[in-house]
Amino acid sequence: MESDLITVRDLRVAFASDAGLAKVLDGVSCSIRPGEIRGLVGESGCGKTTLARAILGILPQNSARIQGGQVLFGGRDLLTVAEGTLAREVRGREIAYIPQDPSTAFNPVFTIGTQIADLMHWKSPLLRDPSFKGNARARREADLARVVEWLRLVQLPNPEALLRKYPHEVSGGQRQRLMIAMALLPEPKLVIADEPTTALDVTVQAQILKLLKGLARERNVAVLFTTHDLGAAYEICDRITVMYAGQEVEEAPVAEFFNRPSHPYTRKLLDSLPSAETGLRGIPGEIPRLIDPPPGCRFNPRCERATAICQQRPAPEQVGPGHSVRCHHRLTEFAA
Amino acid sequence: MSAPILEVQSLRKYFPVRNLWKRRVGWLRALDDVSFAVQPGEILGIVGESGCGKSTLGKTLMGIHTATQGRILFQDQDIAPLKPHQSRKFRQHLQYCYQDPGASLDPRWTIRASLHEPLIVHTDLGEAEREARVREILAAVGLPETHLDLYPHEISGGQQRRVGLARILTLKPSVVILDEPTSGLDVSVQATILKLFLSLQEQFGLTYLFVSHDLSVVRLICDRVAVMYLGRIVEIGETAQVFATPRHPYTQSLLAAIPKIGGARVTDTFALEGEPPSPTNLPSGCRFRTRCPKAQPLCAEKDPALRADWPRQEAACHFAE
Ligand SMILES: Nc1ncnc2c1ncn2[C@@H]1O[C@H](COP(=O)(O)OP(=O)(O)OP(=O)(O)O)[C@@H](O)[C@H]1O
Ligand SMILES: Nc1ncnc2c1ncn2[C@@H]1O[C@H](COP(=O)(O)OP(=O)(O)OP(=O)(O)O)[C@@H](O)[C@H]1O
Ligand SMILES: [Mg+2]
Ligand SMILES: [Mg+2]
Repeated sequence: MESDLITVRDLRVAFASDAGLAKVLDGVSCSIRPGEIRGLVGESGCGKTTLARAILGILPQNSARIQGGQVLFGGRDLLTVAEGTLAREVRGREIAYIPQDPSTAFNPVFTIGTQIADLMHWKSPLLRDPSFKGNARARREADLARVVEWLRLVQLPNPEALLRKYPHEVSGGQRQRLMIAMALLPEPKLVIADEPTTALDVTVQAQILKLLKGLARERNVAVLFTTHDLGAAYEICDRITVMYAGQEVEEAPVAEFFNRPSHPYTRKLLDSLPSAETGLRGIPGEIPRLIDPPPGCRFNPRCERATAICQQRPAPEQVGPGHSVRCHHRLTEFAA
Repeated sequence: MSAPILEVQSLRKYFPVRNLWKRRVGWLRALDDVSFAVQPGEILGIVGESGCGKSTLGKTLMGIHTATQGRILFQDQDIAPLKPHQSRKFRQHLQYCYQDPGASLDPRWTIRASLHEPLIVHTDLGEAEREARVREILAAVGLPETHLDLYPHEISGGQQRRVGLARILTLKPSVVILDEPTSGLDVSVQATILKLFLSLQEQFGLTYLFVSHDLSVVRLICDRVAVMYLGRIVEIGETAQVFATPRHPYTQSLLAAIPKIGGARVTDTFALEGEPPSPTNLPSGCRFRTRCPKAQPLCAEKDPALRADWPRQEAACHFAE
């Protein structure tokens, strides 16, 4: 079996605030193989974006505290790599990030074309191509051609005109696709896509998902795909990691995730999918405060199966090939 | 049928297209002859391709953009030509909830300040009454009170969205334009928020324009749905009708692209030919014809209007059956 591209081990991150220290990632582990599309799902606020930022080394410096763990990538622990090296060699190069909120990703005073040109100035893969050495102009032209091609690939009409626009002059979904194109232009090995298709209609979503799937299958790019849209996860993910309040609770191949969810939270999440038969069902109770979270499994205050032992965090248990769950009372019966 | 609470007639919004030297070289027709009416207490879904003008519609109704042409009748008054200060008293009852949650929150303000602000601008409630209202709504959208003292960057994307919702609900509006209100929320919080919309609707008799890409949600909560393509409504009708028997070829491909958990993967089967045409350079005749499997020569000659040839359903296609 191919070895893992990235391994996150027992990662602990907290945020300092006036009210105290919020323990946002509580010992998260997961690893992704080259060419794998890994879904990351879980309640809003459970720490998915924080995990992405920790991997990239872009947690807010003044408030975030990394309290332990490792992020192993390319033979080193990214948590110990100097910021300058990360910025130069890793971020936006080997690991690309498609951030969640497209409104903050662009500078409002420059045209989109200027911002992409700036990106390519630093991150173009052609910088590594010897035939362009000493010929910056030819490289810029080749870059521009690639940019236009990528904008077409993400289904943006009339790319040349789009480059002359300012960020506020394009629609939400167009901004999102621009970000996807910008993240993929430097030809990364790992793409961290934080809800990349939320602002897209299903036809464009289908194209973008196809594109990500193609990158994984044909170029062996690994994708960490955060989403609330379980339908989109079904479409492209090989495996899915479920998080709850800063802990990963289950990891399963996609079919197992939908057919044999073993953690009670996973089950409830699937039950919350809107459907004509069951109407709208949320999970009763609230997400815990992360400043004084419940001990052990953080889902225990909302869990019908919880007992005293749930005050201790369960170890991962293997329940099938590539399927592990952290629950003292995991589900063993599944709906047909 | 009772009188509509909001009626839009031939609404157009064109944005200038400029070249490198800032000279105007054409128009982008973000809204191109849009008409519809909304009954009080109704939920009208608005769906369609990304970039087809849904947000522009919401913002034009709100007066954030001025209409290029057309009428917007709200409480029997045409508010399209009004200046912002003239329309304020109407627009308090018409609220728009932004698509990007971050865009509606000032990064320098605490959540408390952001929630008090609309009440300060639009009401004369005292500090204590405002705080009480803010806490009531905050609980309704499912956020803990400790969040009042946080700044937008300190809360997650989904939590920002709930603050955005709380912000407009504090004003107790009568028509609310929700621009993708549940995108970025997990399915369980989404279910909670949708139930909240429905209960607020009952409580206050609210009317919603519900812009969304999530067709399973639209199907579940909207009474009627309008499908837009490139600045135009191409199909409109009762939700159940449109989902059961979509008439317009664009609606048909839209419904075909919904992922079905457990079913065949759309990424393996779905194909909508071609790229969307540029909105600055629309094809002649029907604007969907360049991608339409049913296109005939007539489609290039004649722009189809909405036809009311089916019960409670209209579609703008020459060949829809
Ligand atoms: N800079 C910060 N300071 C303090 N708390 C923070 C900060 N950033 C995030 N948090 C808190 O950390 C938790 C996790 O946030 P994160 O953005 O990682 O969630 P998420 O899983 O990405 O949620 P969503 O699905 O809503 O995007 C939240 O409770 C949030 O309030
Ligand atoms: N201020 C502006 N100036 C120029 N063009 C604009 C402006 N705002 C929007 N547009 C253009 O108008 C069209 C419609 O944009 P709008 O934001 O209404 O789309 P939308 O349907 O909300 O899309 P999405 O689903 O992606 O949010 C797009 O082609 C967009 O580029
Ligand atoms: Mg997030
Ligand atoms: Mg929009």
